[in-house]
Amino acid sequence: MDEVSAAIKHKQRMYRTNAVIRYVIITVIAFIMMYPILWMIGSSFKTNNEIFTEIGFIPKHFDFTPYIHGWQTGTGYTFTTYFINTFKILIPKVFFTVVSSVLTAYGFARFEFPFKKILFSALMATMFLPQVVTMIPMYLLFRKLGMLDTYTPLIAPTIFATQAFFVFMLIQFLRSVPTSLDEAATMDGANSWQILIRVLLPILRPAIISCIIFQFVWTMNDFMGPLIYISSTSKFPVALALQMNMDSTGSVNYAQLMAMSVLAVLPSLIVFFSAQKYFVEGIATTGIK
Amino acid sequence: MKRGKIGLLYLLPWIIGLVIFTIYPFIAALYYSFTNYNMIDAPKWVGLQNYIQLFTSDPDFKNSLVATFQYVLLTVPLQLIFALLIAFVLNFKLKGIGFYRVAYYIPSLLGGNVAIALLWRLMFGSTGLVNQLLNMIGLKSVSWFSTAGGAMTVLTILKVWQFGSAMLIFLAALKNIPTELYEAAEVDGSSRFHMFFSITIPLITPTIFFNLVLQLINGFQEFNGPFLITGGGPLNKTYLASMFIYNNAFKYSKMGYSSAASWILFIIIMAVTGILFWSQKKWVYYSDEAGN
Repeated sequence: MDEVSAAIKHKQRMYRTNAVIRYVIITVIAFIMMYPILWMIGSSFKTNNEIFTEIGFIPKHFDFTPYIHGWQTGTGYTFTTYFINTFKILIPKVFFTVVSSVLTAYGFARFEFPFKKILFSALMATMFLPQVVTMIPMYLLFRKLGMLDTYTPLIAPTIFATQAFFVFMLIQFLRSVPTSLDEAATMDGANSWQILIRVLLPILRPAIISCIIFQFVWTMNDFMGPLIYISSTSKFPVALALQMNMDSTGSVNYAQLMAMSVLAVLPSLIVFFSAQKYFVEGIATTGIK
Repeated sequence: MKRGKIGLLYLLPWIIGLVIFTIYPFIAALYYSFTNYNMIDAPKWVGLQNYIQLFTSDPDFKNSLVATFQYVLLTVPLQLIFALLIAFVLNFKLKGIGFYRVAYYIPSLLGGNVAIALLWRLMFGSTGLVNQLLNMIGLKSVSWFSTAGGAMTVLTILKVWQFGSAMLIFLAALKNIPTELYEAAEVDGSSRFHMFFSITIPLITPTIFFNLVLQLINGFQEFNGPFLITGGGPLNKTYLASMFIYNNAFKYSKMGYSSAASWILFIIIMAVTGILFWSQKKWVYYSDEAGN
């Protein structure tokens, strides 16, 4: 008996030591992972000299001058313009993505129709197809339509649920919703549109929220799209403005550059933290099942 | 039948989009790849000339393919190994796991932003954070952007840093492994190390496969890193394929030539993915008993 309890005690101690080791490892790695971001925030308050001599991320003074001067830029426009431009692209993109993806997912998840298998394979294929091939013909098409240097080429594809990732995520979610709900509503005389709007939409809320967050962050990060299509400085979104800033003022004042970089990632962070529960679930559901 | 028509109606926007934004540009790119097109004169049919030129007389293209393969072979395995190991550690019941999940995910969230590219340039600059750290532990500064290895390392670190999204997918798969399997193995006296390789890895091979395919496809198309951080340098050693395609199309207006390069990249990606799918039956276990 004693031997057994000693063995159990030994085991418990081992578990505890293991847990401590695990915490130490994941904390150290988390710190290393977060350090660049902390350093970016810290650097936005530092002088050039401090940036290049101090390893610590905490600045000596919290001076907001880099934010004020950085916001003005040397480009003829302030970041007010660039942020407004970003949101002019972002808001329609998010809206159209949600509407078109929900409709497509509903069609796939709840209806039987001819060629369904082929169409679904096409959907899955577009998720994996390298986008690099479509870039040039799309540019030439929008050029022919006279839409270069407008936001249309960036927004238009979202009207047609072109990002299969969102459709797939919503389909996965819809499949977990029992069809008995639809059937009950049909008995009550609801048509398929009413079922979608009244019954399924409220249930889909968490999945829709994760679509919104993903599209928000991806649009904030999108650099290549605006780089190809937008040529007037007055229409630049934040991503292009930052790059231009780097080339023009980068070597002069690093704090300003970092201050604007902090602001460029801030909206994504705010959106992520306000709904990170849905976001993390969203990735998990598309990855498996 | 009527219901079937309604279903197709809901798909209509997506079907139109599929034609305009996927099928059309794929075929059009193939057509342009057989032409010379500078956007001033009409496209002129030249047959296979662009392909022949790319392979026989354009060292930049060969260079870009070599650099792209190096980049993919470095970043994809490293990122997946990191993602899997961290997911494995996080999968044990630990308090405050939510915090770590978020902390590890944030780099994936922001990594594609221009702001992070700027940050990376600053961190790896001659007197930047990384060299300060090296000096602190008694090592010499490295001029990251003037050697091929240095520049590739900078890009690799940026990519591996973003292991969070792959990690979350792994974590979800690990949660599906029945704990009885581990308990049974423990009774048999298996070590943690042994369990990792004999239980965990085999059971999540479908997820490893999924992540591998996803990361490979992304890796082959990487653009922001080389374009914003290294500029393709030094001496074109980080001049990745997508940057080659971008430059030829939008800097030199060689639309046909660039389309040919994009089709070659597409075929390479499809071939690699194809090989992976073919190899699946050798190492990916789709079991019905576990993980449903």
